[in-house]
Amino acid sequence: MTAVHDEGTRAAGVRPTTPRPPAAPAKVSSVVVTLGVVSLLTDISSEAVAAVLPMYVTAALGMSTLAYGFLDGLMQGATALVRVAGGWAADRGDHPKAVAVVGYGLSALTRAGLLVATGFGAVTAAVALDRVGKGVRTAPRDAMIAAASEPRTLGRAFGVHRALDTVGAALGPLVAFVVLWAIPDGYRVVFVVSFGAAVLGLAVLALLVPDLRPRRAAWLAQHRTRAERKLPSCKGCSCSTVDLEPAGRPFRWRLVVAPQMRRVVVVTGALALLTVGDGFVYLALQARDGFATQWFPLLYVGTNVAYMALALPVGRLADRLGRARVFVWGHLALLAAYACAGLAASSSATTLTTLLLLGAFYAATDGVLAALVGRVASPDVRAAAIGTAQTVQAVARMVASAGFGLLWYTLGRGPALVVVAGALVVAVPACWQVVRGLDRSPDGRGDGGDDHPRDDEPDGRGRPARRASRARRLTRRACDQAPDT
Amino acid sequence: MSQDVGVRRTSRRAALLAVIVVVVLAVVGGYAWHAWRTQRQAVADAPPVDTTALDAVLAVPHLVFRSTLPGEQYGLVAAVPLSDPAGPRAFTRLACDRIDVAGPTGACLRTQRGIATTFDAVTVDTTTWQQVATWALPGIPSRTRVSDDGTLVGTTAFVTGHSYATVGFSTQTEIHRADGTSLGNIEDWLVVVDGAPLTAVDRNLWGVTFVDDDTFYATAASQSAGKTWLVRGSIGDRTMIAQREGAECPAVSPDRTHVAYKKVVDSRGAQTVWALAVLDLASGTETLLPATEGLDDQPEWLDDDTLLYGLPRTDEPGTTDVWSVDVAADSTPAVLVPGAWSPAVAR
Repeated sequence: MTAVHDEGTRAAGVRPTTPRPPAAPAKVSSVVVTLGVVSLLTDISSEAVAAVLPMYVTAALGMSTLAYGFLDGLMQGATALVRVAGGWAADRGDHPKAVAVVGYGLSALTRAGLLVATGFGAVTAAVALDRVGKGVRTAPRDAMIAAASEPRTLGRAFGVHRALDTVGAALGPLVAFVVLWAIPDGYRVVFVVSFGAAVLGLAVLALLVPDLRPRRAAWLAQHRTRAERKLPSCKGCSCSTVDLEPAGRPFRWRLVVAPQMRRVVVVTGALALLTVGDGFVYLALQARDGFATQWFPLLYVGTNVAYMALALPVGRLADRLGRARVFVWGHLALLAAYACAGLAASSSATTLTTLLLLGAFYAATDGVLAALVGRVASPDVRAAAIGTAQTVQAVARMVASAGFGLLWYTLGRGPALVVVAGALVVAVPACWQVVRGLDRSPDGRGDGGDDHPRDDEPDGRGRPARRASRARRLTRRACDQAPDT
Repeated sequence: MSQDVGVRRTSRRAALLAVIVVVVLAVVGGYAWHAWRTQRQAVADAPPVDTTALDAVLAVPHLVFRSTLPGEQYGLVAAVPLSDPAGPRAFTRLACDRIDVAGPTGACLRTQRGIATTFDAVTVDTTTWQQVATWALPGIPSRTRVSDDGTLVGTTAFVTGHSYATVGFSTQTEIHRADGTSLGNIEDWLVVVDGAPLTAVDRNLWGVTFVDDDTFYATAASQSAGKTWLVRGSIGDRTMIAQREGAECPAVSPDRTHVAYKKVVDSRGAQTVWALAVLDLASGTETLLPATEGLDDQPEWLDDDTLLYGLPRTDEPGTTDVWSVDVAADSTPAVLVPGAWSPAVAR
C-alpha cells in the first residue's frame, strides 16, 4: 500500500527528481490503476442500471415512450455543463480527489435513491443526479491521472484507465441481464447490486487513492530543483517553501484558454460537430441487417468491447506518434464507421466491422484527448482545462446529433451518414493543420535527442522553457528573483 | 519513524477496505439470494390456476391474452371462452409480452431473457399455435396488431440500449406479412400534417391498427412540438395523413365506424394520465370515457359497443387485469379477466 503513496507523490513531483528519468518506464502508476478500478466498479454500477432502466420504466413503472425519451435526453444533457465546474473546483482547492469523491458519492447516493423511487419524478431526479455526479468527477479524475503519470507515457496511462473503465461498461449490462434472467422482475436486485458496486468504487477511491495536489507539487518541485542546482531558492526575498503557500495562488481562467489550449478546444469542438450519436449508426445498421436488429440492444456493448481492447495499444501509439496526431487522425476510424454503416452491403460482418471502428474511434479520441490536454494545459488549471475540452466536446456532439436528425429524415439513413463521412474527409486534415504544432514539442512524441537545459521545468522532464506557464512566471515575480538563465 | 506511521495508516486503510468489500458482498449477495428464494417461493405458493383444455376453447369464440396470475404459467398466452371470461383458462406454450390474434394468425412479441437479453416477434398458426415466422425486434415490445384476415402484422418496439445515443427516436414500428416479409418501417414513410410533411427530427410512430389490407391507423408524434396525431395511412402509398390531434394507440371498431384511442387528460407531476376516447368517423364526434383514467394500453374492441384494456394492479406488481367498458361517457369499467394482459378477441 505504501507503493501507492510513493508512486503518486513521486510522479506528482514532490520528491527530488533526477533530471532524466528512464526513457520509457514499463509500468503505469498504481494511482492510475486504482482509479481505473474505481471507474470499473462505478461503470458496472451505472451501466447495469442503464441497461434495465428502459424495461423498468416501461414495464414496472408503466411509463410511456415519450417519458423514456425525456429521460434519455436528461442523461445526456446533465453531464456536459457540470464538467467545467468540477474541474474548476478541483484546481481551485488543489484537492482533485475531494471533488472526485463528491462526484462518485453523488452517483452512489442516486443508486440508493432508485431503490425507493417509485414515480416518474423520483426516477428522473435520480438519473439526472447520477449524471451530475459523473460530470463532476470526470475532470478531477483525469487531472489526477495526468498528475500521477510520467508525462511521456500519458497516453498509455489514460489507455490503461479507459480500458479498465470500459471493462466495467461491458460487464454492467451483462450483470444486470443475468440478474433478471435468474429473477424475473428483479429490478430491485439490479439496483442493490449497482449500489454495492458504487459503494465499493467509492471506498477504493477514498481509501487507496492518495490526495494528490498537482499545483502544490509542481511549485514545490521547482524550488527543490533550484536548490539542487545550488541556486538560491529565492534571491533577495523571504520566499521559501514554508513561507509561501503554493496552493494559495489564484486560479486563472486565462490559463485555461491559453493559445495552445484554444487550438485544442477549437479542433475538439469542430470534430465533435461531425460526431453524430452512435444510436444513428446502430439504427442504420439495423435497418438493413437482421443480425444488427437481433443484437440491437447490445450493439453498444460490442463497441465497448472493441474500445476496451484498443484503449491501451492506441494510447501507447499516441505516446509514440503524438497525441494530437492520434486524436485528429483517429477520426478516420469514425469516418470509416460511417461509410461502412452507410454504404456497405448489409451483413453481420458489416455490423461487426462498424462496431470495431467505433471502438477504435473512442480508443483514439477519449483518453487521448485527456492526455493531450493534460500536457498542453498548465498543471495549475489542468482539471478545468480537461473539463472545458470535454464539455465543448459533449455539447458539440449533442448539437451534431440534433442537426443530424434533419439530414436523417431528408436524405435517408445511409446517405446522411455518407454526407457526414464526406465532411470528415475535409475536416480531419484541416484540423490537423491547426494542432500539428502541438506534437512538435519533445514530450508530444516521446523524447528525441532533446538535450536543451530544462531550467524552467519543475521536475526536469516536462515541457520546454518556451512554454513556461504564466503561473510559474507569476510565482517567480512574486519571489522577486533573477531570470533563470 | 514517519514511514512506519505511513505504513500503519495504509495497512489500516487496506483492512478497512477489506471489511467494506466483505460487508458489501455479503449484503448484496444476501439480498439477491433472499429475492431469488422469495421469488421461487411465491411461484411455488401461488394458488393453482383453474385450467381447461385448449382445443375446446379454441373451437368457440374466445379471448386470447397474456396470463399474469402468479405461478408457473406466469407470462404464458392463454385463452378463455367469451361466454366465461373469468372462468378456467386454457394455456398455450407460448410466452409473450404482447399478443394479438385475427383469422389464422397470431402475433406475439417476446423478451428472450439470457446473458444477453434480446427481443423478437413470432407469428403463429392459431389452430395449432405452432410458429410460422419470426423476426428480431430492436427493443422492448410495445404494441402489436394483426389485420382481420390475418395477413398483416403491425409491431411497435421501444428502441433501447444505445447508451451513447442522444436523439428523440424511441420507438420503431414496422408492418410485416404473416410469413415474416417486411413491408417497411413506417417511420420512413411520409407523414402529412395540415397539408405539410411532418419533418420533425424527433418524430415517432406507434400503435398500428388495420382497417383493411392497405389502410391503417397509427399514432404520429413530435416530441419537441409536444403533440400526437391520429394518422390514417396507406401501405401502398407509404403515406400517412393526420386526422386529428391528441390521440394515441388507436383501435378500429369491428364495423369500421369508430376508432378508439387513449387521450391525455391530465398530468400528475411529470407523469401523463390518459383516458380512453372513441371517435365516430362519420360525424367526427369524440366521446371521452373518463372512468378509464389511468390506463396506458392500446384498446381492443370486444364488440361494436365495448372496449377492453389492461391495467396493472397497484398492490401487486406484475399482475394485471383486463377491464371492459361500454362506449358511453358515463359508463363504469369492470374487470373482465383477472390476471390478464394484452387481450385479443378471436371472433
